Amino acid sequence: MNTMNQSGWKPGTPVPSAGEDDYPTATGNKALMLEEPLLFELGTRETCGVDLPEPAADASPRLGQFARKQPLDLPGLSEPETVRHYTRLSRQNYAIDLGLFPLGSCTMKHNPRLNEKIARMPGFADVHPLQPVDTVRGALGVINELAHWLIALTGMHGVAMSPKAGAHGELCGILCIRAALEARGDMRKVVLVPESAHGTNPATAAFAGYEVEDIPAGPDGRVDLAALKQRLGPDVAAVMITNPNTCGLFERDMKAISDAVHAAGGFVYCDGANFNAIMGRVRPGDLGVDAMHINLHKTFSTPHGGGGPGSGPVVLSEALSPFGPLPYTARTKDGVIHLVEEENADAFSAEHFDGRMQSFGRMTAFHGQMGMFTRALAYILSHGADGLRQASGDAVLNANYLLRSLDDVLDAPFGDAGHCMHEALFSDEGFAEGMSTLDLAKGLIDEGFHPMTMYFPLVVHGAMLIEPTETESKATLDQFVVAMRSLADRVKAGDETLNTAPHHAPRARLDEAQAARKPVLAHRKPETD
Amino acid sequence: MPRYFTEEHEWIDVEGDSATIGITDYAQEQLGDIVFVEVPEKGTELDKGAEAAVVESVKAASDVFSPISGTVTVGNAALEEEPELVNSSPEEDGWFFKLTVSDAAELEGLMDEDAYKTYCEGLD
Amino acid sequence: MRYLPLTDTDRAVMLERIGAESVDALFADVPGEHYLDGPVEGLPLHASEMAVENHMRRLSKQNLAAADTAFFCGAGAYRHHVPSTVDHIIQRGEFLTAYTPYQPEIAQGTLQMLFEFQTQVARLYGCEIANASMYDGSTACWEAIVMAARLTKRDRILLSGGLHPHYVSVAETMARFTPGHVDYQLPVLASDPGDDALIARIDEETSCVVVQYPDIMGRISDLPRIAEAAHEKGALLIVVNTEPVALGALEAPGNLGADIVVGEGQAIGVGLQFGGPYLGLFAITNPKHVRQMPGRLCGETVDADGKRGFVLTLSTREQHIRREKATSNICTNSGLCALAFSVHMTLLGEKGLTALAAENHRLACKAADRLAQVDGVSVLNESFFNEFTIVLEREIRPLVRELTDKGVLAGVSLGRLFPDGDGRENGLLVTVTETVTDEDIEALATAIEEALA
Repeated sequence: MNTMNQSGWKPGTPVPSAGEDDYPTATGNKALMLEEPLLFELGTRETCGVDLPEPAADASPRLGQFARKQPLDLPGLSEPETVRHYTRLSRQNYAIDLGLFPLGSCTMKHNPRLNEKIARMPGFADVHPLQPVDTVRGALGVINELAHWLIALTGMHGVAMSPKAGAHGELCGILCIRAALEARGDMRKVVLVPESAHGTNPATAAFAGYEVEDIPAGPDGRVDLAALKQRLGPDVAAVMITNPNTCGLFERDMKAISDAVHAAGGFVYCDGANFNAIMGRVRPGDLGVDAMHINLHKTFSTPHGGGGPGSGPVVLSEALSPFGPLPYTARTKDGVIHLVEEENADAFSAEHFDGRMQSFGRMTAFHGQMGMFTRALAYILSHGADGLRQASGDAVLNANYLLRSLDDVLDAPFGDAGHCMHEALFSDEGFAEGMSTLDLAKGLIDEGFHPMTMYFPLVVHGAMLIEPTETESKATLDQFVVAMRSLADRVKAGDETLNTAPHHAPRARLDEAQAARKPVLAHRKPETD
Repeated sequence: MPRYFTEEHEWIDVEGDSATIGITDYAQEQLGDIVFVEVPEKGTELDKGAEAAVVESVKAASDVFSPISGTVTVGNAALEEEPELVNSSPEEDGWFFKLTVSDAAELEGLMDEDAYKTYCEGLD
Repeated sequence: MRYLPLTDTDRAVMLERIGAESVDALFADVPGEHYLDGPVEGLPLHASEMAVENHMRRLSKQNLAAADTAFFCGAGAYRHHVPSTVDHIIQRGEFLTAYTPYQPEIAQGTLQMLFEFQTQVARLYGCEIANASMYDGSTACWEAIVMAARLTKRDRILLSGGLHPHYVSVAETMARFTPGHVDYQLPVLASDPGDDALIARIDEETSCVVVQYPDIMGRISDLPRIAEAAHEKGALLIVVNTEPVALGALEAPGNLGADIVVGEGQAIGVGLQFGGPYLGLFAITNPKHVRQMPGRLCGETVDADGKRGFVLTLSTREQHIRREKATSNICTNSGLCALAFSVHMTLLGEKGLTALAAENHRLACKAADRLAQVDGVSVLNESFFNEFTIVLEREIRPLVRELTDKGVLAGVSLGRLFPDGDGRENGLLVTVTETVTDEDIEALATAIEEALA
């Protein structure tokens, strides 16, 4: 939209020396660290990396009046150039395959390659969502088997499988709640959300048409039960709670909270982003939860892929199950797994559910993230009930090990309150003037680690939320502790070199203000060309 | 020309029945690099305390509230191209909008410069 | 267990530092009555890689894979040949196992890829700006509707009958919970896509008109005329495209008057996968609207040394900052599918996409001509790209099931998409991509002939 900001910089363009580069190269490359131009600087409109028949000259198209006239201006690359372009780009990324990714609330655990192999089996990868149902029995079987596990692990009544991601699952849960309330003629207006919640919680409630109100946290980092009780009333549709919460603490009063919400006629939504901490040890259904999404890309090891795709099935209580979205699968007594869509929903409900099913409708085309279901099921079957329980135990053990290996050099605001769950929370208290959480985090990049979650939750100043997950070895944790202790010393001593860290990454700090002031969101040919 | 301040860190210059409104140096300092400002359109009727403008840094978005009631006569068009004016000149070139004062009595509850200075010191 | 590195010795040492008796003791905050003492009952225990693979393979074999059939299904999900390079690149750990690129210094790979992806999508759609992807076409469509409502401050949503019925269902579901109300009439089984009737329903309350291009029956609407009518009443035109390969042969919607173009990107680089994960594409023609866009945006900037670099930008629109005032609650997108799309599009380039589109259209014309020769079959469309509707004198859905026994997946019956009948049950949407062979076309025609005989 604005060509003014095209920097004009290309790999090979000399860079003003930052003072540290004593051995400049002509190309800008540094041995294995290779700079890579944009596709649009490399490719041409005539290049193609796929062999296709030449369009016939004598074709008589039936495209109507809108056959393309304007050029697409899409450059192509040959196959070797394509492989090299993306391989070089890939090397500028940090990844779980490279090292510890301690992002709190993100559960960056190892992604088993067996999952990838299975998702690519032709019977899963090469199946169309609208094939006749008799030709996709195995796909329905996968959905149903995974659903069974999710229900059993959470102690809930039903599960909606189609939501595309965590936030989509939140929306699904809130819409179930709204539909259930409307079905009883109850038009409640307010959803209560703790200040420490993920931003998706209030955004979801607003997206579903609710007013959002904060619930305060008590001094111990947990929901203030008394304050919550006082606010409950006939206008409150739901309370959205994250448990374990974003301070890394288990909400001890969860059952009492649920009971109070239910007594006031509302529903309890639990953000399941942190389910990895309690998987196989605590069932949210036992705590009175009505709806909870499960991020398959967190708890159940499907890859994050640089920002998705995710998958967010929502487990539902008996009260909410009838309102879940279409389509859904259901196994009848004869062992047949049925696919229930718009066309047969009423008839199926009448035949098998005494007409109780009143779906709020469809949230997405087709059936949900099948490619994530196969991966998650492979992971779950690999671990089994015993392995999943061990996984949550090791996740919590790893987090507590980090908490107790660092709490003498960094302020742990809830460190005295006992053990944490799967993530350890620190604040920036004690940092020297001019040193921030961001500086420490950027220093961590130079030490070879991905930064932790920063400035979240909002209730802790300069928050650093560290979630190691269960798939990190003790040796890795020990090395991380060495890095963190060194950085803690440096931020407390006011080491100004951290203000400009990282110094060893493919890029130094980027000018985010310029990016936002004059957004350049697509490539344009520089006008001087 | 009297200048008033609010607890939300806005300043107001009043000249006759016309007022100019912006955010204070303290506010821009807190926000950091300003990347976007949305000012109200001419003719917008604002009640005291109404959301009048939006100011955004890279990582935060804040609403600016109208400290008094009135009708907007002009928004500062320069901020669309140069939001950084709010950083470089918050209390002059980086003004947000002007409005006609509909009730001068509303000014009475606001702070003068000394009171605002004391107020900010109390926040640090 | 093979995914857990800690040994019992490690655990003991770590517990000692923590000052806890056991791992169970770390869960002291969980009330005892709600803490499970052992594995959840009634569930299997851990299994070897080989055992899991065998179990999953058994399930996969209960599905009929497209490659084992003569395959003509489409309707929003398309089977194209995906070059091997695509799958190789998306399995590189640095892409596969990376997080959302919030730390740009160590995520330039993902960020530059997203910037390239955004540019590719914008050019494909004839738009100025595209975002870094949405969940899928149907949710992107709803997000576009919400964006149009914000821009026009109106809430009547006019959906064309030619819009994919799943997309319609999603909009109807979401509209129930928002101020918006949906005006939608089922499509008529006719060669004319019904543009006149649609235009007649645009009024001063209409925030947007949503038109699919090509539509659910493969027909091609007169977008410039609809755009003009919409703009005259102050409404925006949202164009939905479910088959991006079509835009190698058809003019881009952004060049035909669309304000917002959204669609399903699955056809390029992403396999069928029984419906997901897919790839929502979202682009706009007016850059001034960018602050009302949903989803992540990647922008160009410089680093402290003056080198070009990329960052996620305009984040103040998003949920993690704006919370309840965000433009959308979307958080995850379809990053890895966007990579697959981008790699495939890079391999194709303009030359390849044009050739691929021409080959799709050539085969589709051939199939249409062959099917038109079958007694009792008529081809509905006058114009189409790689998807057209045939009409029989009987309900077609049982026939589709019957043909699967002959190894033919004949297409998507309109009866499945529109269960309410009204003649549509006699329609079959036939999709012909470059994966279809002459033998496949013959198999389809012969199978229908035999079934009708």
